[in-house]
Amino acid sequence: MAATADKPRRLDRAALTGVLVREVVNFGSYWRASTFSSTVEPTIYLIAFGFGFGSLVSKVNGLDYVQFVGTGTVATAVLFSSVFPAMFGTFVKYTYQRTYDAILAAPVDTEELVTAEALWIAARSGVFGCAPLLVAMVFGLDPSWGMLLVPFIAFTAGFGWASFGILISAVMKSIDNFSYVTSTVITPLFLVAGTFFPISGLPHWARILANVNPLYHCVQLVRDAVFGLVALDLWHLGFMIAFGLLAWRLAINRMEKKLID
Amino acid sequence: MRGVVKRYGEVTAVNGLDLTVPDGTCVGLLGPNGAGKSTTMRLLTAQAIADEGELEVLGLPLPAESKAARAQMGVVPQLDNLDVTLTVEQNLLVFTHLYRVPRAERRAAIERALEIANLRDRRGARADELSGGMRRRLLIARALVHQPKLVLLDEPTVGLDPQVRQELWALIDRLRSEGASILMSTHYIEEAERLADTVVVVSQGRAVAVGRPGDLVAEHAGREALEVYGPPARLREVEADAQGRGWPTRRTGTSVTILRAEDLNGDAPEGERRPANLEDVFVLLTGEEIA
Repeated sequence: MAATADKPRRLDRAALTGVLVREVVNFGSYWRASTFSSTVEPTIYLIAFGFGFGSLVSKVNGLDYVQFVGTGTVATAVLFSSVFPAMFGTFVKYTYQRTYDAILAAPVDTEELVTAEALWIAARSGVFGCAPLLVAMVFGLDPSWGMLLVPFIAFTAGFGWASFGILISAVMKSIDNFSYVTSTVITPLFLVAGTFFPISGLPHWARILANVNPLYHCVQLVRDAVFGLVALDLWHLGFMIAFGLLAWRLAINRMEKKLID
Repeated sequence: MRGVVKRYGEVTAVNGLDLTVPDGTCVGLLGPNGAGKSTTMRLLTAQAIADEGELEVLGLPLPAESKAARAQMGVVPQLDNLDVTLTVEQNLLVFTHLYRVPRAERRAAIERALEIANLRDRRGARADELSGGMRRRLLIARALVHQPKLVLLDEPTVGLDPQVRQELWALIDRLRSEGASILMSTHYIEEAERLADTVVVVSQGRAVAVGRPGDLVAEHAGREALEVYGPPARLREVEADAQGRGWPTRRTGTSVTILRAEDLNGDAPEGERRPANLEDVFVLLTGEEIA
């Protein structure tokens, strides 16, 4: 018999591996497009802001502007490479391709399906998130040992945003409704994260908003990892992890409602 | 399944269904669209949870142990959900992982599935390059990589031309002869007649008749049927007359069929006699009107 003798558990490895293998094999057929969009877009932001603002502003918080924005756009790359694939990919897979019907007919539960999908997107974000650093190095960012932490930070943040994207796709009835979320949630969070300008110059309410923005914590953590960690980074890390866990559990809960009648 | 009920809001899709698939046999769920066949399939993989009743697959109670049950089941969905940008072989490879085929057996499992589905020559083709019949064969092969004990086939030949259907019937027949138990839903009468050891006629979420195809025909429609043709007015007249005499009838659209024609005496109307068939039973039991 092919089936394992052990009684299957929750979140068991065989189920997670099955879903991940499907993603990895599929990635072989679309990696060019996906890598392109996930790395080129943040790079364009980096170059545009770096040159555009860089000519007006020379130093921000004691950093050269290119260093400031080069580390900031890591978070942008993470966001773009996680939340959008999660939203659209999940929706397409359960509505149009009916992939999830096939996966859930196999010995895989919704919890494992959502977890594996989020892990996979997070792993990609861990890699794509480093692209802006490499580009920024070309423009004068000095390498540092702390940069080695960046893939892990990007992975953690990516897991949260991927879960958030899966959650959105589970809640939305139609793919057209995604634009509401993009306009009212993602774009503001993307801008008020201290990526392109420090939040210290913002009005009080916007600073509060930034502090509950997981992306802001990612930006801070990446910047500090590159230029020197401080105690406050534990708070940033804690916030990101809490956001990830919350979004993950909510995504599982909503997907179960969506997929299991 | 015993006394299973599944409601979706106001709609009761499955309404007290009893269903048993004996080991090594093929059971055909025969019913019109909307009879609850697909819901039944989803209940068996715990993609739908029953409101009432008991379900057991291969001795495992559902939904509590559905994961273990799913590991020993193969499911062929009605809607094609292959990964279209992957090759035939990659599609199968993914499913060897999803169904936990041990590493050492994966290669052989894929070869065996390719052989069953007769897709060896197309192993490197992308799924979206395959014809409709090949895609369907691949869907079936994909469900067999782990040598399941029970195979669920949801409308396996819907929308395919007759040649392709025959090909698939041969494949399904082979599965059964190799000892797998099969539960197949269909609304094609011929399909149920040819493949099923037992037919369960489903209507409005209930099993209205269960038996071997031949027995069902004998029991519900008799041996012979008499087809009376004519213009619509004549058909209504024949139907009213037959009903007045207590003869069972059904419509076929172009004719009125009087069932149990072997019992008719000399005053029966003119018409063509033919052996009664499963379609007569189907229409008789599931109703003539389309709801």
